Amino acid sequence: MFGYTFYWSIVWEKVPELLQGAKATLELTVISMIIGTLIALLLSLLRRQSSGIGMRFAASWIELARNTPALFQIYMIYFGLGALGLHLSSYVAMLIALSFNNAGFLAEIFRGGLQTIPKQQYIAARSLGIGSFKAYTHVVFPQLFRVVYFPYINQLNWALLNSSLGMIIGLRELTGATQAAQSESFRTFEFFIIAAVIYYAMSKIIQAGARFSFWRLVRE
Amino acid sequence: MQIQLPYSGLQWSDIPFLLTGIYHTLLLTVITVVLGTLLGIFIGWARESSKYPRIMFGPLIDVVRSIPLIIQFILVNSFFAMAGFPASPLVIGGVVLSIYMGVLTSELVRAGLRSVRPELKKASRSLGLTYWQELFHVSGPLAFRAVFPGWVGTVIGVTKDTALVSVVGYVELLRASQILINRSNEALLVLAGTGLFYFIICYPISRYSRSLEKVLKHD
Repeated sequence: MFGYTFYWSIVWEKVPELLQGAKATLELTVISMIIGTLIALLLSLLRRQSSGIGMRFAASWIELARNTPALFQIYMIYFGLGALGLHLSSYVAMLIALSFNNAGFLAEIFRGGLQTIPKQQYIAARSLGIGSFKAYTHVVFPQLFRVVYFPYINQLNWALLNSSLGMIIGLRELTGATQAAQSESFRTFEFFIIAAVIYYAMSKIIQAGARFSFWRLVRE
Repeated sequence: MQIQLPYSGLQWSDIPFLLTGIYHTLLLTVITVVLGTLLGIFIGWARESSKYPRIMFGPLIDVVRSIPLIIQFILVNSFFAMAGFPASPLVIGGVVLSIYMGVLTSELVRAGLRSVRPELKKASRSLGLTYWQELFHVSGPLAFRAVFPGWVGTVIGVTKDTALVSVVGYVELLRASQILINRSNEALLVLAGTGLFYFIICYPISRYSRSLEKVLKHD
């Protein structure tokens, strides 16, 4: 057992490539979270209505995103749209699929948060002569912020981990870059340990940063 | 004599292939849920009730939750190979997913046990119940109510995560459908069927969990 010699020098040479991948991972995570948040805000408002096409559209989006594997959603965008003649690069496909997934989960988070804010807040704002859009952006959403902050950060962490699925459709984010780098030497374990450490560090930095900025924002 | 072309359309004979994929998905899900739940109850209870397990299991929980599952599969797979015991994809998937589910469940169990008021525990101990009697008849049932909806959510998550075991070569439903797509070029049809299967499994469970949460809140 363990007649295995670790061979690290070959891994160190490839670390710049892995860091390049980590950059792509961060980029995917952040952009897909921004798009996802904007769509989720809209979906959560639509979902609150009692009937209508908008509500049904939002409900189907949320349930589809939450009840099918993220990898399935990626396949659907990458291969499914490809079958319709719409050939996307793996980066764009990944971005769309991740945004779709984030929007579904975030909409549920926002909906739960909106339920904790009394309806009278919105009604009072409207009766003061504030338009519907402004009533949301200036009165409801700022209150929502505190309630959904930590679930939101949790979803950000999921988005980071989910972006690793890009490897399967040939994207060179951190996991994909690691896969490519190890394929020359087959030092799989060494390479993926480094990738794991980088993911761990990114995840921890996000969580620590989130806690710090919440403390700063709430204190003020 | 019949000649098979490389791109042959979908045939009825593909159905057993997909059914095998479904069977593999369900098999792995059941194994994971059973082992993961038992592990989760044990870790959660151990971490809540004494100091050393709390410190000991801390890093495991931290690491498992901050590293993508795909990388966990690959690492455990190559670890078994390095150790000289190459394991089947089902074993790799079962081990990694059970630990993953155990970690998620243990946090739920811990929160559930903590939600039981200490006065209740003290009252039952002072009535002469032993530690274990108190755990099984007082704290356990009360914690169960708090844990159950979250646990159902975790089961759905794990069902979806079985799709990732394909990276170490396990041919479950999604991998099977991808193989079929490569051969038949019928991406939309096959994927729609696959998605429908996951949805049919996960959607009723998530509806049930949500209605349960409402009932428990109103009690």
